[in-house]
Amino acid sequence: MDLAPTSPPPHAPASAPPGDLAIWFFILAELLAFGVFFAAYAFARARNVELFDSMQLTLDRQAGALNTVLLISGSACVARAVEAVGRARSTTGARWLLAGIACGGGFLVVKGFEYADKLGAGINLSTNTFYMFYLSLTFFHFMHVILGMVILVALWFKTRQGAYGPADMNGIESGAAYWHMVDLVWIVLFPLVYVMR
Amino acid sequence: MNTRHLNTVWVVLLLATLATFAIGETGDMLGITGPVAMLLLLSISIVKGRLVVLDFMGLRGVKFFWRSLLIGWLLLVSALIAVAYWIALK
Repeated sequence: MDLAPTSPPPHAPASAPPGDLAIWFFILAELLAFGVFFAAYAFARARNVELFDSMQLTLDRQAGALNTVLLISGSACVARAVEAVGRARSTTGARWLLAGIACGGGFLVVKGFEYADKLGAGINLSTNTFYMFYLSLTFFHFMHVILGMVILVALWFKTRQGAYGPADMNGIESGAAYWHMVDLVWIVLFPLVYVMR
Repeated sequence: MNTRHLNTVWVVLLLATLATFAIGETGDMLGITGPVAMLLLLSISIVKGRLVVLDFMGLRGVKFFWRSLLIGWLLLVSALIAVAYWIALK
């Protein structure tokens, strides 16, 4: 009779995602909110195709693409940070986190210029349906980038102090997952709002 | 996840972003417009989003349930966008 303990085989899939389970419920709730927002935008466009297509031409697509590059790179930096901390390289991890924060800062600056340009041209939420969606949807995302950066700064401080390591990845993995969610949402937002017509 | 793999994913994501931007800038000249452009853009987004979920978020080695929630979100949102686009064509 085999009395060996029933442990999972060595390459069995992990039962839970990296980080705290609570952050994943939070991420799913955020994704649900963004998903409803995206669908609302797409169906509003279906009823105002000419307006949406002509207003889309007034957006700065280069700025949108640059911001995609910044968020993707920021996400890559944070993934590298988690990988470094997982190998007990806290100093390297902290540097990658700082690079991720710089990418997020770059995103906010570029988006800030876009907002300044539009607001300077007298555009606001009541200009038309397209701009109501553009401003509210992108600003909703903008606020998430700010929250993500606050989390990254907190992770940076703690990583510098050596608070995380191979035996304690929970905090850094949770914060990183949130940051990647901000990137994931923009990956849908950029083509939907700036390119698709 | 090793650093080489993460770097590869980053480069693929950058190239995919370039493809999305190119469709916007030169789609008219290349004849990539309308529903073809829409399907191409959504496909690129799904590929990009899948890589972020699996390799950056680290869900590649996690049970299907968790992966299906996030990639399912990506597919559902893309499907809704495609349906709305199709309605707009009519």
